[in-house]
Amino acid sequence: MKEEITAKTVSQLSRLLAKKEVSAVETVSAYIQKIQDLNGSLGAYITVTEKAALKQAEEVDRLRAKGESLPLLAGIPVGLKDNICTKGTPTTCASRMLEGFVPPYNAFVVDLLESQMAVMLGKLNMDEFAMGSSNETSYFGPVRNPVDTERVPGGSSGGCTAAVAAGLAAFALGSDTAGSIRQPAAFCGVVGLKPTYGAVSRRGLVALASSLDQIGPITKDVGDSALVFEAIAKHDEQDATSVRREYPPLAKILEKGAEGLRIGLPKELFSDIISGEVKTAVKAAAERLEALGAKLDEVSLPLLKAAHSACFVISAAEASSNMGKFDGIKYGYRAKDCGSIDEIYKFSRSQGFGRGVKRRILLGNLFLSAGHYQKYYSNALKIRTLIRRDFENVFEKFDLILTPTTPTTAYKLGEKRGDPLEIYMGDICTAAANMAGLPALSLPCGADLSGLPVGMQLIGNAFDEPLIYRAAYAYEQSAKTARRKDD
Amino acid sequence: MSRAQRLPGERTIKMVSQNVLQKYEMVIGLEVHVELKTRTKIFCSCPTDFGAEPNTQCCPICAGLPGALPVLNRQALYYAIKAGLATNCKIASTTKQHRKHYFYPDLPNAYQISQYDKPLCENGYLDIETGKGTKRIGITRIHIEEDAGKLVHLEGEGTLIDCNRGGVPLIEIVSEPDIRSAEEAKAYLQKLRAVIMYTGISDCKMNEGSFRCDVNISVRKKGEKGLGVRAEIKNINSFLFVVRAIEYEFARQVEAIEAGETLVQETRRFDSATGKTYSMRTKENATDYRYMPNPDLPVIEVTGELLDRLKSEIPMLPDQRKKKYTEEYGLTPYAAEQITVQRETADYFEKAAALTDYPVLVANMILTDIARLQQPDQTDIPILPVHLAAIAQMAGEGRINSRTGRILVQELWENDTDPEKLVEEKGLEQISDINILSGYAKEVIAENPKTVSDYLSGKAAAFQALVGQVMKKTGGRGNPVIIQEILKRLIHKKE
Repeated sequence: MKEEITAKTVSQLSRLLAKKEVSAVETVSAYIQKIQDLNGSLGAYITVTEKAALKQAEEVDRLRAKGESLPLLAGIPVGLKDNICTKGTPTTCASRMLEGFVPPYNAFVVDLLESQMAVMLGKLNMDEFAMGSSNETSYFGPVRNPVDTERVPGGSSGGCTAAVAAGLAAFALGSDTAGSIRQPAAFCGVVGLKPTYGAVSRRGLVALASSLDQIGPITKDVGDSALVFEAIAKHDEQDATSVRREYPPLAKILEKGAEGLRIGLPKELFSDIISGEVKTAVKAAAERLEALGAKLDEVSLPLLKAAHSACFVISAAEASSNMGKFDGIKYGYRAKDCGSIDEIYKFSRSQGFGRGVKRRILLGNLFLSAGHYQKYYSNALKIRTLIRRDFENVFEKFDLILTPTTPTTAYKLGEKRGDPLEIYMGDICTAAANMAGLPALSLPCGADLSGLPVGMQLIGNAFDEPLIYRAAYAYEQSAKTARRKDD
Repeated sequence: MSRAQRLPGERTIKMVSQNVLQKYEMVIGLEVHVELKTRTKIFCSCPTDFGAEPNTQCCPICAGLPGALPVLNRQALYYAIKAGLATNCKIASTTKQHRKHYFYPDLPNAYQISQYDKPLCENGYLDIETGKGTKRIGITRIHIEEDAGKLVHLEGEGTLIDCNRGGVPLIEIVSEPDIRSAEEAKAYLQKLRAVIMYTGISDCKMNEGSFRCDVNISVRKKGEKGLGVRAEIKNINSFLFVVRAIEYEFARQVEAIEAGETLVQETRRFDSATGKTYSMRTKENATDYRYMPNPDLPVIEVTGELLDRLKSEIPMLPDQRKKKYTEEYGLTPYAAEQITVQRETADYFEKAAALTDYPVLVANMILTDIARLQQPDQTDIPILPVHLAAIAQMAGEGRINSRTGRILVQELWENDTDPEKLVEEKGLEQISDINILSGYAKEVIAENPKTVSDYLSGKAAAFQALVGQVMKKTGGRGNPVIIQEILKRLIHKKE
């Protein structure tokens, strides 16, 4: 039974809990058991909050026993990426820099989950300060891909996707700046959504690049993704970039199918920058969507590559600014034996940040410096405007854009360690959606010849998550039926 | 660093003579920081009260905790727009907020939220009164920003951070380099302070730092068009110190040029104890602030509707009142300017002026007799306007002389009462009777032959002494004009 519980989706578990066929304590215990069994080899969690989790589960069971009708997420175990602030629980960003930091507040999304009575299991590993896409840069050690532990889970939300894929959390919340939810979701064979910029509050998310960051759900399937998204897409008056927008009830919209949806396939992302096996799988998925009644056509987004470079410039610039607050003065790591304020800054930041973070800070400072601002930052902003316009044009004729999520499937740990440029190329399919603030979802669409998951990405117009979910759900249901037939 | 750069305090400026100084002129632009009187801070809901216990008015946003996000206080924006409207600025329809980066422990995020290339207000001006008449000083821009925290250095114990002031809303008002003397600088600051206080957006308390000034100053030979190398003198918090800093800095720069030295662009500080300025840092080691639009804050849009509403909330400003006082009440431009510096004073003046036929006398009493009795920052006047008006009326009609007027003001200041009754009870009415005054005058001439002959040999002061003697005999109630006439007539007739 315990193995079964951790294999259930959120909606399945929610029904079982509501019908009291399983208790919240049983559910949470099953997950904690599994974390104890597997976390040593996977490295998905940095902090496990089992005592608090069990206590919360008891409370859910107690209320349910009283006959109260509880929210959908009541008793559902969730893991949070460790850059999402949790009151009273350390939030490390997988960095030495935040050693000993315990936030005095919850992120807005955490408050929302608590109000839904979801049970937090702990904080999930990630690339240091969400900079990276292989999850090898964490101060607490790498995360391994549960599909093949020799391989990376992707990043920076690799702890989230590994945990969900391995059954160490029923769902997780990650963050995505250039692909940090979608790319690891693709590598681990789970579903990850980067919502429209402003749909989910960023308050309490330790910022990497504030104009690109969004928190999003990582789930076992599309239905769960919609369910969790609905729970966290709420307006927050204390985030000036949060948008006041009501989504229609998504559960009903899911069923509407892909019939009539106009889907564009950008030729730039079906070119030779994408591996053959990935292309084959994504094209097959496209054909399935066509069979389901979607209208497919090739489109062109000529600025995709430029947008990818510009995204790097903007994210490094904003990151360098956002990292300034980690100065060894107020909280977190402070170097010992400093003789002056300048030494506190210099030594704490030199010792507290890892290589990748320091590289970004240096680059970001360069991009913003007086002599280089025009050439880098200012031009990147212009490209950002242009890629937005590109997307606007495409969305005049199309409802959705379909692309591979990643150029390759998961690679081996250490394989690209010495080559930050190659790792950076891993964002080529995903960064543009962040630049334009558009919603994008990655969902599994088969495997390569070695059996590694392939992900496809659906990009929608701003606030068109409902359309993305329609297509994604239709595809997923159809593929599931097909697999059953094959069996 | 340039070799010509001097060590702090090295120069004593006595060597430059007035003759040399007169060959040069100073070019000054002022940057004024004004703390806005909002109830809460600019990006969070912490209170802004002055003088609270350290770190009792701060939150994760003020303290730069990770994940904390700023949300603009609309009231701060409205106040800043009012400052722009009151100083004749154009208000931007859209404006951005930027991050200005530098590391310092009083700045928890390592950036200050300010504005860079798209300030809220631009292209304004203020008219000032100087000895040479009215002059227009351009205002380049006004932008909104947050104040930094405060560091408290404890001898032998280290440095503590107080975040209470961090995030208090400020506007920075940057003038054009139109100012040519310390006097103009002072007049501009007084005018700016008056205008700001009229709008009610700030207390402008210089001793609490809610109105502070940076002086940008360079010098050039008179007649030259180009600009010299400028020094920025930071954070001066009194008008007197601004004047002294400018005078010192002018002489310092002129002397350096006269000595054939090359000035460097630098930031200096003014030490009020020595009256000198000292170099803090030069341009070569200036910080690159790496300004960047703040991605946490959306572009601010200012609608026409909002502007109309804010315009309607701005009261009649000093210049409009000044015009009214000169045109309707016959005040001199100088007196009108002085009366309008404080809104409370102007309000008081208007009330009293409406109750007498002699508003000019009211203004004079406010600016001399009453000003003498007020504490430096005092604005209230404990005399009913109707009482001051009555004194003016009696003086205007010649029923009392100016000395009696001054005495009455003093008495009422301590114990406000009806001045007409006081005059009656104490018999303070002016003596204008020619017979009585002639009698006293004859006595004085007879008693003071030496003074009379001094006067006749051309000593003007001697005549005043004689007038004083007659006045004494009247118990201070004599009509000075008539006394003078009588004395002159009697002395010259005798001769």
